[in-house]
Amino acid sequence: MSDSTASPATPAAARPTLSELFLAFAAVSLASFGGALPWSRRMIVERKGWMTAQEFNETFALSQFLPGPNTINFCVVFGARFAGIAGAVAAVAGLLGPPLLIIMILAVAYAHYGDLPTLGRILSGITAAAAGLLIAVVGKMAAPMFTKRWDWAPIVALVAFAGVAIMRWPLPLVFLAVAPVSIACAWFKR
Amino acid sequence: MKDNTLLTLFTYFALLSLFAVGGANAAIPEIHRIAVDAMHWLNDKQFADMFAISQLSPGPNVIIVTLIGYHVGGFLGAAVATVAMCGPTCVLAYFVAKVWDRFKDARWRIAVQSGLVPVSLGLIGASGFVLAGAADHNVYDAIVTAVTVLIVFSTRISPLWLFLAAGLVGLTGWL
Repeated sequence: MSDSTASPATPAAARPTLSELFLAFAAVSLASFGGALPWSRRMIVERKGWMTAQEFNETFALSQFLPGPNTINFCVVFGARFAGIAGAVAAVAGLLGPPLLIIMILAVAYAHYGDLPTLGRILSGITAAAAGLLIAVVGKMAAPMFTKRWDWAPIVALVAFAGVAIMRWPLPLVFLAVAPVSIACAWFKR
Repeated sequence: MKDNTLLTLFTYFALLSLFAVGGANAAIPEIHRIAVDAMHWLNDKQFADMFAISQLSPGPNVIIVTLIGYHVGGFLGAAVATVAMCGPTCVLAYFVAKVWDRFKDARWRIAVQSGLVPVSLGLIGASGFVLAGAADHNVYDAIVTAVTVLIVFSTRISPLWLFLAAGLVGLTGWL
């Protein structure tokens, strides 16, 4: 099934095996600090030739608009394209395996040493920077929204922001109120 | 009691993952609302610490839920939280991917995709706001946040260097 659908859609020549899928995403996971996108692209498009740049962009766009962790969605879509469910599982296991091992060690360490004042001071500095990183990334992502004349889009973004950040309403509530309106705007404004 | 906690952990994370358009970063305020405000599994400082640790370690940002799961219910809790956060959306991604190509040029698909972009931007923006609230306890913390925003916005330096610098500033005890 995946073979018949994947072949015509993949002009990129090489096809990974299950173990290649696992190892490729394990390598990506270990290299990816602050987002796996650049590393995935380098591995899949530039090093392995498993996808063309265009295919990568389309698959990435799909995994971005689906709910849930984006990189994991990407692994599912990418792995399934080559080897169905087994491919999806191999790619996700590769991406999550090594980081989970590392994070479990850190979790145990934090449970023992989390109260140390020195550690607390270091982490509070890093958290302040991490919050700044997130704000800057959103700023960069949002910039085109204000130049492209999508008049409804900034309003939608601001309402979603205010509902979650200021009003502290539950995410499902805000999403179900805002998303249909936004999709309707996108439908009629085209 | 313990089984109950694990079930709660699973239910909350599985539910919120389905609305987390924009990924783990879009879900931060909801995770904070549940884990800190509603269930009192963590305090504000522990939440901020765990976010920092998840940013420092390699791999997808979603592993913050693994840390919270471990804090709530040990290794089993970590497994439950991770599976809840990733499982349902993996299944969804698998089935959507199968029909994706067929509707590539459909008007409704394009409307859904472009309609969700500003929603996810708003949600990720809210995450930055909530995190800054949990992280910035005084004017020095706020300065670190503001300086990071400026540097990331105007350069392409790896965030790891900024985390290293901010960690060192924290170590000196100014924060």
